[in-house]
Parts: sequence; structure tokens; C-alpha cells
Amino acid sequence: MPFNLSSAFGIHEQALLVRAKRAEVLAQNLANADTPGYKAQDIDFAAALSQASSMNDGLAATHATHIKGFNETGMEGVMLQYRMPLQPSIDGNTVDSHLEKARFTENAIQYETSLTFLDGKIKSLLRAIRGE
Amino acid sequence: MASFNIFEIAGSGMSAQMIRLNTTASNIANAESISSSTEQTYRARHPVFSAVLADQMGGATAGVRVDGIVESQAALRKEYNPDHPMADEDGYIHMPNVNVIEEMANMISASRAYQTNIEVINTAKQLMLRTLNLGQ
Repeated sequence: MPFNLSSAFGIHEQALLVRAKRAEVLAQNLANADTPGYKAQDIDFAAALSQASSMNDGLAATHATHIKGFNETGMEGVMLQYRMPLQPSIDGNTVDSHLEKARFTENAIQYETSLTFLDGKIKSLLRAIRGE
Repeated sequence: MASFNIFEIAGSGMSAQMIRLNTTASNIANAESISSSTEQTYRARHPVFSAVLADQMGGATAGVRVDGIVESQAALRKEYNPDHPMADEDGYIHMPNVNVIEEMANMISASRAYQTNIEVINTAKQLMLRTLNLGQ
């Protein structure tokens, strides 16, 4: 049976990267909760994930046997979008701490979900290798 | 959590809020510091925050920084009290323009924001540790 190790983990590998990036953006919003004029940002997860899963690095693979590299910072082009404020404040800040906190927690749980899936995949691969 | 950026971002938030707490403490401590001239009188101090923006995703670390600390331009309080040892020749004493109620509100806001940043760091730490233990 042909088996490709790099595709064994499915989309979870990219999902994890996008989730980590999103956590960073949300942490930035929370750190700037009291900064005048700061505009809250977020990642469009679906768009970022489809970009991350189609990405490769800047190295050109000119031959079929060339190994494709892995580029962790391949999400440089992912567009950050500004949030529409529900209650704009007079100093121009659009961070709603409670909403951002809720999104941060949600994102953390989704990160953990991806981790659990990956954990299961790795464990089953190990079991197959050991032949238990 | 591919990188440690999140710790720097939340750390910059904590440090900025700590400076805000320090200025608040200084303002409250000096709320009743009387002097005999307007020049010598303490004025309420407030930090000015500004965002450090990453140029794009994956760019430099982003966070918040304190641009500076400004003194309040609100009018100082003047009180007629000729018996006071600090009174000027007209019998007035000068008191700082610190609004203690405003400062208390500021303090609560700063401490909540500080807590939020700590929670962010804690969550990120847990997720990173779980990532390290992947497959074990």
C-alpha cells in the first residue's frame, strides 16, 4: 500500500499553524485594549486555511524528485481584516475585550482539537509501526 | 504557537498596564500634596499607549508600547487657607489636579487588562506544552 507520510496528518498540520497565528492576532487585540485609535483585527480562518494548505515555500521544484520544503512563515500574505465595532469608543479604539477574550478561548479550544486529532494520528501510526 | 511571539505581545501589554498602574499609584499618593506655588504643584500623570503593528502576518512582533507620560493640563485646585504653613503671600495653598475617583476607575481598568494578558500567556503556555507532548 503506497503511503505518504506528509499527507498522513491531513489538514490538521496547517490548521494548527493558522490557529497559532490567529491566537497571536487576538493576543495583540487584547494587549491593545486601551490603546487610542487601535483597530481590532482578525483572520478569516477559512481563507487562511485554504491558502496555508495550498502553499509551498519560495523554492522552485524544477524536477519531479525535488523535495518540497516546508515553510512555516508561508502565511505572510494572509490578509488581516478589521473588525466592525459594535460599540465604537470615542478614542477610536475598536477592541471589545470580552468578545476578544471569548474568541481567544474559542481559538484555543480549536487549537487543542487539532492537537487531539494529530495526537490520535501519531499514536495510530506508532501502533502500526510497532505492530502491536 | 509556532513561535514565542504571543508571549512578547502579552508581555508588552502587561508592562504597559504596569506603567499605568504605577502612574495611578503616584497620582493617588500625591493627591493631597500641597505646595505654595503653581509651578511646584504635582500634576496628574497619565501614560500614552500606542500600538506596535506588524507590517503583515508573520512580520515583526507586535504589541503595545508606552509612548510617554503626559501631565494633565487641567486646572489646579486653589484653596484659601492663610493659616497653613505652606500658604503663599495671598494666603492660598495649591493642590494637585488629581481626580481620585478617575484614578480609581483607571486602576481597576488597568488591573483587569493586566489579568487578561496573564490569562493569554497561561493559555498559550498550556497549548505549547501540549504541542510538545504530541504523540506521547
